[in-house]
Formats: sequence, structure tokens, C-alpha cells
Amino acid sequence: MEAQTELAETGWELPTRERSLWSDAFYRLTRNRLAMGALAVLLVVGAIAIASGYVGDLRRYHPYQDQDYQHIQEGPSGRHFFGTDNLGRDNWSRVLTGMGISIEIGLGTQAFVLLFGLAVGAAAALGGRISDNLLMRLTDITYAFPDLLFIILARSVLSERHWLLLGNPRLQVMLAIAVVNWTTLARLVRGQMLSLAERDYVVAARALGASNRRIVFRHMLPNTLGPVIVAVTFGIPIAIFAEAALGFIGFGLPPPTASLGRLVADGYTYIQVNTWVVAFPAGAIAMLMLCFTFLGDGLRDALDPRLR
Amino acid sequence: MTGYVVRRVLWLVPVLWAVATITFILMHAVPGGPFTQEKPLPQSIINALNARYNLNEPLWKQYVLYLWHILHLDLGLSFRGDRDVAELIRAGFFVTVQLGFLGFLVAAVLGLTLGVFSALNQNGPMDYIGVFFATVGASLPNFVLAAFLIIIFAVKLGWFDVLGWGGPTQIGDALDPGAWHLKKMVLPIIAVAALPAAYIARVTRASMLEVLSQDYIRTAHAKGLANYVVILRHAIKNAMIPVLTIMGPTAAVLVTGSFIIETTFAIPGVGRAFVDAVLRRDYAMIMGSTLFYTAIVAFANLVVDVLYAVVDPRIRYR
Repeated sequence: MEAQTELAETGWELPTRERSLWSDAFYRLTRNRLAMGALAVLLVVGAIAIASGYVGDLRRYHPYQDQDYQHIQEGPSGRHFFGTDNLGRDNWSRVLTGMGISIEIGLGTQAFVLLFGLAVGAAAALGGRISDNLLMRLTDITYAFPDLLFIILARSVLSERHWLLLGNPRLQVMLAIAVVNWTTLARLVRGQMLSLAERDYVVAARALGASNRRIVFRHMLPNTLGPVIVAVTFGIPIAIFAEAALGFIGFGLPPPTASLGRLVADGYTYIQVNTWVVAFPAGAIAMLMLCFTFLGDGLRDALDPRLR
Repeated sequence: MTGYVVRRVLWLVPVLWAVATITFILMHAVPGGPFTQEKPLPQSIINALNARYNLNEPLWKQYVLYLWHILHLDLGLSFRGDRDVAELIRAGFFVTVQLGFLGFLVAAVLGLTLGVFSALNQNGPMDYIGVFFATVGASLPNFVLAAFLIIIFAVKLGWFDVLGWGGPTQIGDALDPGAWHLKKMVLPIIAVAALPAAYIARVTRASMLEVLSQDYIRTAHAKGLANYVVILRHAIKNAMIPVLTIMGPTAAVLVTGSFIIETTFAIPGVGRAFVDAVLRRDYAMIMGSTLFYTAIVAFANLVVDVLYAVVDPRIRYR
């Protein structure tokens, strides 16, 4: 009792509440100024991009229906914040829509990657020797494919299909990118699970008679989650880049949808006349990728302090 | 070691087969055929074309025929211009390899220098500059970087030329100084090298920091060796091992990265040929370039793994 009052006087507090891995990690993340700044930027940009779809005042013009023939190929002005393109379309609205698409594709692709990667990795680690061998060979072969080449092929296979749900071009782009990028995650999950299976606490749980199901869901899955979250976050800028690259070489979302890669590609044609048409969407891609990378760095430092 | 290399090369056979098969299936699943045009060709011409390229056979027979030809190192004829695919790839690769090799050289020199100096000045201003470049370089898509490079150095300042490749496009011209236009080569090389340079810098810095905190470095200092001797002979040598591992993927990044850069700068390399081939459903060309890329990437990784064992005697392959 006395010891505690003394401690209180010195300003020290004994930890009274149980602190979990997650609350610790969250605390460390909030201390990381760069990561929090990136997160703030992403939230603001995301909110504006989403809201601009509903609030006309934010977007000010329609990304491809409004054409201002009096102001063609202009730089930034009060009338058009980011200038106009060769058809007099407002670049502010086009870049905003593009950023929304990029974020959507980045997150959506990673959802698929998470699904494939977790399923394959877990099945390889837990499903016995034969399934491990088969799935890992599959992973090796997918990995051997040159990334962008496979994405381009997969994208062209899916284009113009109207299968159930798959008719949506955004979904097609997400799938095409995810089909290549799940391998890293699958390997990570498998390696993590194999090493966890040998850990003392898993052996102890097994000795105590815990069922396989309980061991996997209660002990192993939560402990693979940290590295998985980090890997998935780092995958977002990769997916955004892949989508932009697809749009850039003409395999992305069909026109008139204004994705950032297509905006850059379109702008290239008129780069001698108006450099702003390239500069703004290019800057938007760079900003999105940088922010997600910073966030990933922050998450990695927060979730695995040993790595510092 | 020999056994290991032989096994790795043998493993390449099923990988190439799988890649060929998957590509074959995907390619034929792409909607539209090679002779689909806005203004349809007469049926007789289509029939003749299909017969010329064996496209009138059932799919399984086309597949078997294709594999049979590959076994004889025959990649077939491109539907465009009826030219030999191997010949087309060779012509394109001659350009791509120049860009890739020069880019790799720039990336390695820049990345290693930045990484080593960052590590030697840990948390100093030099380190912050290095880390800043490494982070920005790693998250800036190459065509975005290319856009800014073109805007600033070609359009505004007019220092460099763009569009087309500055090096020789035919093997016979390689020694002719008139075939080299350095002004045209600078920007694509920088655009291609930035990302790998950033990666190399990151890994080099981390690896150097780890090595510098080792006991034997302290021992070397304690022996009274000059600082540069410790760094050059003891630290850098050992710090190179993890750097070497990423060199393989780096080479791969350079080969595949050229897709976009080649399209951006209108460089007549293999990457652009592939993009054109997919757009035109040029089956033989798609297959040829996919297999070619896969083999190159696998080979780069193999070379690195072998080098790994050469550099680090602790690593032995059985």
C-alpha cells in the first residue's frame, strides 16, 4: 500500500489494465508522426474522393460530360483548379475521380490478395505434405511469370466478359492484379504458420487437449495477423501502381472512366502544349503511393518492434 | 554445387512448360481472334490465314504442335508481317538489353553509394537525404517519374531529347559512333534505374548498419586500422551479401519495367512488342515473349543464387 502511494507521488503508475498486443501496437502507431500524417492525408483524400461522387459542389464539374470550350488546355485557375484538358474537361474533377478509383482498386485488390494468400498459405501449412507440395509448386510457377505480362494477359482475358459479377471492369482489374500478387502473402502465411506450429505455446495448447480448430483460430491465426497486415498494406501501393500502369498502356478501365494512369497517358500526347495535364494526375499517383508506403512503414514498426 | 545448378536448370523445364500452357490457355481465352477487324476480311482470306498459321486445327492439336515446335526452339511466325518471332524478339531484345544493362549499372552504382554513405552517417543529414531518396524512389511509379523528367528536362529546359532509343537498333551498328545519341538515352535510363536504385540503397544501408555493429568491426578498429580500410575491406565486403540477393529480382524488375518505359519513350524493345502483340492477338509473339521473359528472370535468379554461394562460403548447396 505504502509503495503504491509513493509511486503515485513520483508520477509513476503501475499498469492496472491489461495491455494487449493490438493496443500496444496502436499506441506505437499513433506516436509515429510520418505514418499518422500519411493516414490523415489518405483519409482526407479518400473522403473527398468518395464525397465528390455525391456532392456536385466538391467536384464542381462532371469528369467527362462537362466540356468548357472557352477554356481548353489551360493551367490552374480559379475556375478550373487543376486546369483543363484538350476537350475542355476539368482536371480537378478528373483527378479526384481517378484518386477515388485508385484507392478503391488498391484496397479491393488487396482484399482478393488476402483471400487467396491466406487460403493458399494456410492450406499449404496445415493440409499435409501433398497439398503443401502442390500449392507451393503452384506458387513457384505463378511467381515465375513476369508480373506485368501476366496482369496484361489476365486483364485482356477478362475484358468484355459479362459473367455473373465479373462484368464490372473494376472487379476485373482487381482480379487481374490479385492473381499475380498473392504469392508473397501465401509464402509469408505458410512460413509463419509452420514456425508457429513448433512454438511452445502451441505445443502447450495441444498438450492441454485443445482441438485443432481452437489452436488454429485462437492461437495461430492471430499471431500470423501482424505480418499479414503489414504485407497487405505494402501491397496497396503496388496494386495502385499496377492499375495505373495498366491504364497507362491502355489495358485499364475502359474510357471514358478517368483513372489516373489513363489521365497521365492521355496527357502525354499534349505534353508540349500543356504540362499540367500530366503533372496533376502523376503527382496524385505519387502522393497516394507515398502515403500508403509511409503507413506500411509505420505499421511494420508498430506491429513488430523487434524489427527496428 | 554442380548438382544444385543442374537441378535448378532441370526445374526450369516444368516451369517453362507450365508457363507455356497457362499462357496458351489464357491467350486463346482472350475475346476476339487475330484476324478480327472492324471491317471484316472475306471468309476465304480468313480461311487461308488460319491454314497458314495452323489456326484451323482443333485447339489441342494447336497446343501439341506448339510444344513440338518449342522443343525444336522454333517460336513460330508472327501474324504481323509473317516474320519469325525469334528474329523479332532478338531485334527487340538488342535494344531492351542496352537499356536494362545501363539502367542496372546506374542503379547499382547509385544505390550502393547512397546506401553506404547513409549507413556511415547514421541519423546525420547525409542519411536523411539518402533515406528520403530511397523512399521517394521506391514509391514513385516509373512512368510518373518519366513524366516529370520529360516535363522538366526535355520540354522546359530542352537539355535532352526524347522519343525513340539513342543507342544502335541493329547489332551491326554497335561500333558505329554515329549510331549513339547520348542525349536521347539519359532520361529513359534514369527512369528505369530510379526504382532499383532506391531498393538497393535501402538494403545496402540496413545491411551496412548491421555489419558495422559487429564485434569484428570493433576488433578491426581496435587493431588501429585506418577507418577507410575497415570500411572497404571488412564492412562493405560482408554487407554485400544481402544486397546480392536483391540483384536477381532487380534484374527482373529492369526487364519487366521496360514495358512501361519503352511505351513512354517509344523505344522499340521487347516490352513494347509484347504490348502490341496482346493488342493484336498475335499468338506466336505473345507466347514467344512470355517464355523469353520467364527464362531470363529464372536465369537471373539462378546466377544470383550461385554467386551467393561464391561470395559467402558459409552457404553450401547440396
